[in-house]
Amino acid sequence: MQTKLHDWHVRAGARMIDFSGWDMPIQYGTGPREEHLRVRSAAGLFDIDHMGRFEIAGPDSLPFLQLVQTWDISRLAEGRAHYSLLCSESGGIIDDIFLYHLPQSWLMIVNASNTAKDLSWLQSRARGMKVSLRDRGSDTCMLALQGPAAREIIRPLCEGMDIDEMGFHRVRECSLLGAGTILCTTGYTGEPGCEMLIPAGDAGRLWAAILKEGEPRGLIPCGLGARDSLRAEACLPLYGHEIDESTDPISAGLARAAVRLEGHEFIGKRALEAVASRPLSCRLVGFEMMEPGVPRQGYPVHAGGKKVGRVTTGLASPSTGRFLGMGYVDDGFADLDREVQIVIRESPKAARIVKRPFYTSPHWR
Amino acid sequence: MEYKFDQKARYSKTHEWVRMDGAEAVVGITDYAQNKLSDVVFTDLPAVGKVLTKESAFMVIESVKAAEEVFAPVSGAVTARNEKLVKAPELVNKDPFGDGWLVRVRLSDVKELDSLMDLASYRKLVETL
Repeated sequence: MQTKLHDWHVRAGARMIDFSGWDMPIQYGTGPREEHLRVRSAAGLFDIDHMGRFEIAGPDSLPFLQLVQTWDISRLAEGRAHYSLLCSESGGIIDDIFLYHLPQSWLMIVNASNTAKDLSWLQSRARGMKVSLRDRGSDTCMLALQGPAAREIIRPLCEGMDIDEMGFHRVRECSLLGAGTILCTTGYTGEPGCEMLIPAGDAGRLWAAILKEGEPRGLIPCGLGARDSLRAEACLPLYGHEIDESTDPISAGLARAAVRLEGHEFIGKRALEAVASRPLSCRLVGFEMMEPGVPRQGYPVHAGGKKVGRVTTGLASPSTGRFLGMGYVDDGFADLDREVQIVIRESPKAARIVKRPFYTSPHWR
Repeated sequence: MEYKFDQKARYSKTHEWVRMDGAEAVVGITDYAQNKLSDVVFTDLPAVGKVLTKESAFMVIESVKAAEEVFAPVSGAVTARNEKLVKAPELVNKDPFGDGWLVRVRLSDVKELDSLMDLASYRKLVETL
């Protein structure tokens, strides 16, 4: 599949890769390291049109959403957004999502790799309810503008509203150079910025206009490589790495961010209550390499010569200059400063458990 | 895509280069190879004294994408390794034929050089890729 900006990427000389069936730019000419650092110091523009997005409307929207996701949104006011999860009856993570409360509807953003699975699962749960689910993947295009300069860049392009009036995790409908846009102050980089849904037919025009507006402030287009290293430094989970249907939100450390066990009834709640009532058998941690080496998904974590876990993500962190990673370790090996080894090509390398996130932007207001 | 080459080097099918410098050979990866790897973040350099066997993997270069093995274009013992890469692995990207060299090798059989490609043949190979 191709995003609406595919031809632009190819013309710009982007290196394209397959990502969940999408032909996506992994990097442009500047390379992922420079793209990463630019988002931390100025701004980057990402094509995230591959992300799935559903509009949920109808009188039963709220009860339907309360049933299918883990955050209690009964008090999530219009104009606000929240991170959440879709869980199975057994508490496994079907997907991690973002929910946006719009004036007449809700918007759910899901992972590209899970779009079809999520839609059919949601449709099966919507049966008998007065709720409509509309896939907005083809009539809209989705972009992310991230970095400390993002607000300055988007402000003059936005008509009828001031982005400075929007706090973090907010959503507003506005006009972006004449095109009806849903503007969200969310992102996946650990930097301030926004994500936007724009009309499909305006994708090329707005992409170019944003780049032009941002160029004097250091804006460059960024690919999936930078997106992955930015989210990893911010310790934001990636489906298929930190989370999947065999992992639960509590072991993944997402309980506080995405799950409310005190309120509404939702699918998977019983199973998660059971997980929460017992000591965890394993949990997600962050670690830093004490010996140089690049940890990668699937590498074993050892302690005292035996396997106590596995790596889910690893990277040479451009912002910190350290070799860092996340992974699941057994109970008893998750304490801060605990020494473990990451087995890289049969060779155990010293690492220690460190605090997450690895990087916190100084640009949050 | 335009790649850089080194007139004085000889090349392997797996995109390593060798250049004689006095009695020793300098070994690295080509501009084509570093470009395909993307940003290099770590080089797992072999110890001085390690004996390389032609066409066998002797080290790993880690990029943002993956860990890739580097194959010895010639046989011989490592006499020096590029210590600059420990702090600055990106030199492999910036200057693959210069400051981004990997190891120096004392050749065990100088005739092995004849089995490697010259610039014209290697350029032709890269153009077909």
